[in-house]
Amino acid sequence: MEDFTSGLALLARWDVLAALLIGSVGGVVIGAIPGVGAAVAIAILLPATFSLDPLVGLTILLGIYGSSMYGGALPAILINTPGTAVNALTTYDGYPMTQRGEARRALALAYSASFFGGVFAILCLILLSPLLAMVAPHFGSREIFLAALLGIILVVLAHRGQVFAAGMLAGFGILLHTIGLEPVTYTRRFTFDQTWLAGGVDLIVVVLGLFALSQAFLLLADKDTTPHPQPVKGSMFGGMKELWGYRRVASVASGFGVLMGMIPGVGEFTAQFLSYTYAQKTSKTPEAFGEGSPEGLIASEAANNAVPGAAMIPLLALGIPGEALTAMMLSVFYVHNVIPGPQLFQKQMDFVYALYAAMLILNVIVIVFLLFSTNILTKVIQIPTRFLGLIILTLSFVGVYSLRNSVVDCAIASAFGILGLILKRLNLPLVPIILGMVLGGIMEAKLRTSMVRVKTPLDFVDRPIAALLVLMILMVIGLHIRTLIKEHRDRIAEMDHDHDIHTSQQG
Amino acid sequence: MIRAKTLQDLFKRYRRPGDLVFAVAFLVFSLFLAINLGDQAKWSSGRLLAQPAFWPHLAVWMMVGFGVLHLIGSLVSPKLAGRWVEVAFWVRSLEFAGWFLGYVLLVPRLGYLPSTLVFMTVLAFRLGYRRPVLLVGSAGVGLCIVLIFKTFLQVKVPGGQIYELLPDALRSFMLTNF
Repeated sequence: MEDFTSGLALLARWDVLAALLIGSVGGVVIGAIPGVGAAVAIAILLPATFSLDPLVGLTILLGIYGSSMYGGALPAILINTPGTAVNALTTYDGYPMTQRGEARRALALAYSASFFGGVFAILCLILLSPLLAMVAPHFGSREIFLAALLGIILVVLAHRGQVFAAGMLAGFGILLHTIGLEPVTYTRRFTFDQTWLAGGVDLIVVVLGLFALSQAFLLLADKDTTPHPQPVKGSMFGGMKELWGYRRVASVASGFGVLMGMIPGVGEFTAQFLSYTYAQKTSKTPEAFGEGSPEGLIASEAANNAVPGAAMIPLLALGIPGEALTAMMLSVFYVHNVIPGPQLFQKQMDFVYALYAAMLILNVIVIVFLLFSTNILTKVIQIPTRFLGLIILTLSFVGVYSLRNSVVDCAIASAFGILGLILKRLNLPLVPIILGMVLGGIMEAKLRTSMVRVKTPLDFVDRPIAALLVLMILMVIGLHIRTLIKEHRDRIAEMDHDHDIHTSQQG
Repeated sequence: MIRAKTLQDLFKRYRRPGDLVFAVAFLVFSLFLAINLGDQAKWSSGRLLAQPAFWPHLAVWMMVGFGVLHLIGSLVSPKLAGRWVEVAFWVRSLEFAGWFLGYVLLVPRLGYLPSTLVFMTVLAFRLGYRRPVLLVGSAGVGLCIVLIFKTFLQVKVPGGQIYELLPDALRSFMLTNF
């Protein structure tokens, strides 16, 4: 309790509160504009936050991360285009509701479900934190190496139907991390005697290229379009009351969000899908799903908003990011010499609680903002797509160039921008590259440290958590093989699948 | 629209036109790295897993192994129409990488504010926006970006060489804020 109150005290500063306001409102606006999304915004803002106080910088980024999905529901419901990739499932029931004249009801429910999911996740984390603080110190080098390995395996296997592509891109990410002067023995790796490669490839340059520049190139090279949502009439205040009637679905969906958010490499899509399937199976009107079912909308929105809070667990407790956005945030921690991991939970618990409290407050700010500003947002999203590309391109310059004022960095980012564009057009995942880069670095450092004590392969699993992690890795691989066999048996033709939802699974 | 039926179904990704071209290019790149492995990531004495060469070798062989499987997947799948149209789209996007690099080279010479105003207006014109309100609007957005990042957040963007021609007081003001 003492840590919690001192965490709250850390937040009681005008700059932190201003960051909360800017991050949460900015996140909603960014989320509402189709074609931007939290990943693009966080990539651009990363270098700018390096000069800020760690709590201020992280609060802005957390605000964008936590609130973009609220905003993303708006175009998903009104114009059948998800604002962010994770709102794709929201279009299934949100848009049919708009078509039958229930746009206000759909939006009110989506906002309320998002708020419920977000707050549920943070309350779970606050309650879980003492337990995490007890367990985290038992994670030594071996355990962190194994957890990172599990993360890489999961991120590859989670891209079903594209496992080979995800595997080769994860390998590419690991390779990117190894380029340059190796820090322990000072060996040059893949520098080809080029001085500009000796310093290695910066994660932020890659992130900006893959997420921001690629999106700018994509919008600029494609046809110009302008979304035209209709204004929404009536008050948004009825959503919470109606949500209460669906509290079981909202609670289970949020629970899935928390569980899936905690597992590296899995995230929003699995959480949404599990909760959507659960809601449909237990509904009295399963046939209404996909035709404008409030339960489907609630399941999707409550699950995806519960993930950001939970995704902070592996990041803060073990220093292992589970997806691209937390991987980006990890660099902010490192720049400020705040090293996430077991030590953080032991020594800076107040800082952890401050982050949780900030997330709680941002959910309140966002819901209040949305209740009054939905119609303003419908005007903001009417930006022509090519013009949006121009703005992202100009903003990307600040992100890359302000790092080291290096033209080479900008050229490398451009190359990754083209690669990102090709991957997006081919519907191949970007996340394995980023996680390969970050988790590759963690795995190399931790494996080397742990080798000092490991004499035989069995020494690797002589501690309970390490043994459990190895068991989990074997189980994940075993389950994957079992599913492949089962899928092969009940083969579904490729064209029977819904392609629309896959196209939006980027970032 | 047909819905996704199972969890596995949701995560399936489908081939798009141009997949084969990318698969070949990626494998060629991976093989180039594999050929250079001996020279660029040398093994030394010591335990295998703790050697600096271990991770580059693992990464490159992952790229080659999965790359071969991905290519086989593309080869055995039915051919998709529009492969070269897609490749032409990739090539077309290079133009905007060129615009970006041009902007990068312009900033240290012309200064952040003037370069941004010129870049945004000229590129908006190139994108087909002809209405004065949009051209002025793009310059206005550029001004806002400079004010937020350089003037307010003070991100590290150097002043332009052209600022040296300004009178002392104005030069210092421009160097600090724009």
